[in-house]
Amino acid sequence: MNTLIRNGQIADDGWQWIDAGEAQLAARLEAGGRFVLPLAAWLTHRASLDPACAGVWLGPDDEPEAVLPWLADIPLIAIRFPVFTDGRGYSLARLLRSRHGYTGELRAVGDVLRDQLYFLQRCGFDAFQLRADQSPEEALAAFQDYSWAPLGGR
Amino acid sequence: MYLYNQTDQRLVNDRVVQFRDQMTRFLDGRLSEDDFRPLRLQNGLYVQRHAPMLRVAIPYGTLASHQLRKLADIARRYDRGYGHFTTRSNIQYNWVRLEEAPDILAELATVQMHAIQTSGNCIRNITTDQFAGVAADELFDPRPYCEIVRQWSTLAPEFLFLPRKFKIAISGGAEDRAAVRFHDIGASARVALDGRIGFEVFVGGGLGRTPMVGKTIKDFLPREELLNYFEAILRVYNRYGRRDNKYKARIKILVKDLTLEGFAKEVEDEWAWSRGGPATLTEQSFRDMEAFFTRADYAPAAADDPGYRQALQDTRAFARWVERNVAPHRQDGYAIVTLSLKKTGAPPGDATAEQMDGVADLAERFSAGEIRVSHEQNLVLPHVARKDLPALWEGARALGLATPNIGLLTDLVCCPGGDFCSLANARSIPVAAAIQQRFDNLDYQFDLGPLELNMSGCVNACGHHHIGHIGILGVDKNNEEWYQVTIGGREGAAAALGKVIGPSFAAGQIPGVIERLLEVYLEARHEGEIFIDAVERIGLEPFKARVYGGAA
Repeated sequence: MNTLIRNGQIADDGWQWIDAGEAQLAARLEAGGRFVLPLAAWLTHRASLDPACAGVWLGPDDEPEAVLPWLADIPLIAIRFPVFTDGRGYSLARLLRSRHGYTGELRAVGDVLRDQLYFLQRCGFDAFQLRADQSPEEALAAFQDYSWAPLGGR
Repeated sequence: MYLYNQTDQRLVNDRVVQFRDQMTRFLDGRLSEDDFRPLRLQNGLYVQRHAPMLRVAIPYGTLASHQLRKLADIARRYDRGYGHFTTRSNIQYNWVRLEEAPDILAELATVQMHAIQTSGNCIRNITTDQFAGVAADELFDPRPYCEIVRQWSTLAPEFLFLPRKFKIAISGGAEDRAAVRFHDIGASARVALDGRIGFEVFVGGGLGRTPMVGKTIKDFLPREELLNYFEAILRVYNRYGRRDNKYKARIKILVKDLTLEGFAKEVEDEWAWSRGGPATLTEQSFRDMEAFFTRADYAPAAADDPGYRQALQDTRAFARWVERNVAPHRQDGYAIVTLSLKKTGAPPGDATAEQMDGVADLAERFSAGEIRVSHEQNLVLPHVARKDLPALWEGARALGLATPNIGLLTDLVCCPGGDFCSLANARSIPVAAAIQQRFDNLDYQFDLGPLELNMSGCVNACGHHHIGHIGILGVDKNNEEWYQVTIGGREGAAAALGKVIGPSFAAGQIPGVIERLLEVYLEARHEGEIFIDAVERIGLEPFKARVYGGAA
């Protein structure tokens, strides 16, 4: 079970994840609901979807520039960590939050482990879809790992 | 010296608690080896040949006496009574127990020390010139900037999972004693014509498997932009550095792939967002930081002390030690003293707990309680009154730390090698010992003059063999230890990488090979010409011919 933590609490997801290369994409969208689409599919289908129901997910090598024109209306951006040691998602989060002022949900997904949560949060993530084996209780404790905060808010 | 504020102290305290919990979960089996590995590495803990190795950070190589005593205490209680000072001015303990590592970190936190980011794919310990702040030839003191960068880089949340390790060195001198062009980022002090303070910034240098000399990416970076610009470099690297092949993941490969101009443009575009922005460093922040490092309390000391003069005349051994181990200080009547960790028979860079305690005492008596660690693996007392030199020399001799060989052949740089390190292809310590024994004669060494011999047990180049005037690299051939020899490497303003002279040698041949290289130099040298300059003038061929007898 992949626990979702949102704003420091265990939360119900309410979003349907669409993988890259989803074969039944049109049918799934037709059925309705709230979706998190891979960047390419999101760009294709964005105009025909209710903006409030169309989140987007970025892989580590996606360029955030692609979503900037619509940033104010995107309810959820997920950044995927294929392995927790791939640190590109930290920079993507910083760019979206600090540079471009994104205010919606910014969710870490994939290989998301308890021991990185504090640092992910410092980079602007406010939601975390944990890897299935992670204990929700231990994960919640991770936000108190440090009483210190990085220099100058960096 | 910098003193921790509450924020710094909270960070290291919190870190100990966090790592203790991670270690407990690992030992319980709740944290897998793969998930734990990057966590323990970022706390300096390696799993080595015989036992785990713990690498403790010594930020820009500066220690207070009470910190060095703590390092001695740890060596006694948690290791086998000694430690190894490294080429990045850290200390390594080679015989710690895994489960005791959190206790050691807790001990370190009591003296404002830690092992954070001494390994792993993150920003490593910041290094500088071991004479920073006291060198006579310095433009300005680099340590306030080292500390600013240390604070920024420590647990910098965006940069904890870079493609590969990342090393930064900052130097303040006209002469580069920090090998800044062999770091991922090097910064060298510059003062503009209008008096503004800043740095020339080099990028993409490094040794290891693919050695490269760093290239100038910025002729003059104003000091207030230091973090904005470094962050821009790190972000470009974090996003675009290769992650598919660890041997091509250092920033030097990205710079090569994009070209220096292409990489610099990416950095400029990134920097444009932060330049002059809210995170720009302020004049006040520089003044606050400089106040930690300014020393106004030098007791007046005569430039020419009669007792010191007399000792120079009376005692040849003392005069020799002064010639090699004492450097000019910016303050009249003071000197900088290097204590040699290169006595023949002791592994280069190793110090026993007794020696560490002894050095801490000497520093308190003669050097305002301050010690530096040099990247050549020696210890430095930076504030010694010249009149105290005879007494200091006696004290250093009693500890076995007064070998007058700084900058000479037996002051060789050497990694722990195959005796300890699981990466090594070959042992380095026994070869270093054989070299030191062969060339132990001081008259011969003094006649040879300045000569840097660096040795690494594998291509990871912890012993900086590429930049030794003579470099020795341990290689594996069919499970046997062999040693490749290079000449012509150097650090400093004329930085160059050594060139391989030919096929490699067995360990027992190495002293003889070096002897033949030195013969060629002694025959060919001009008056006052040091080894490396002679190599540059006459080229490799005469050396090859003598070593291989035309057979190579």
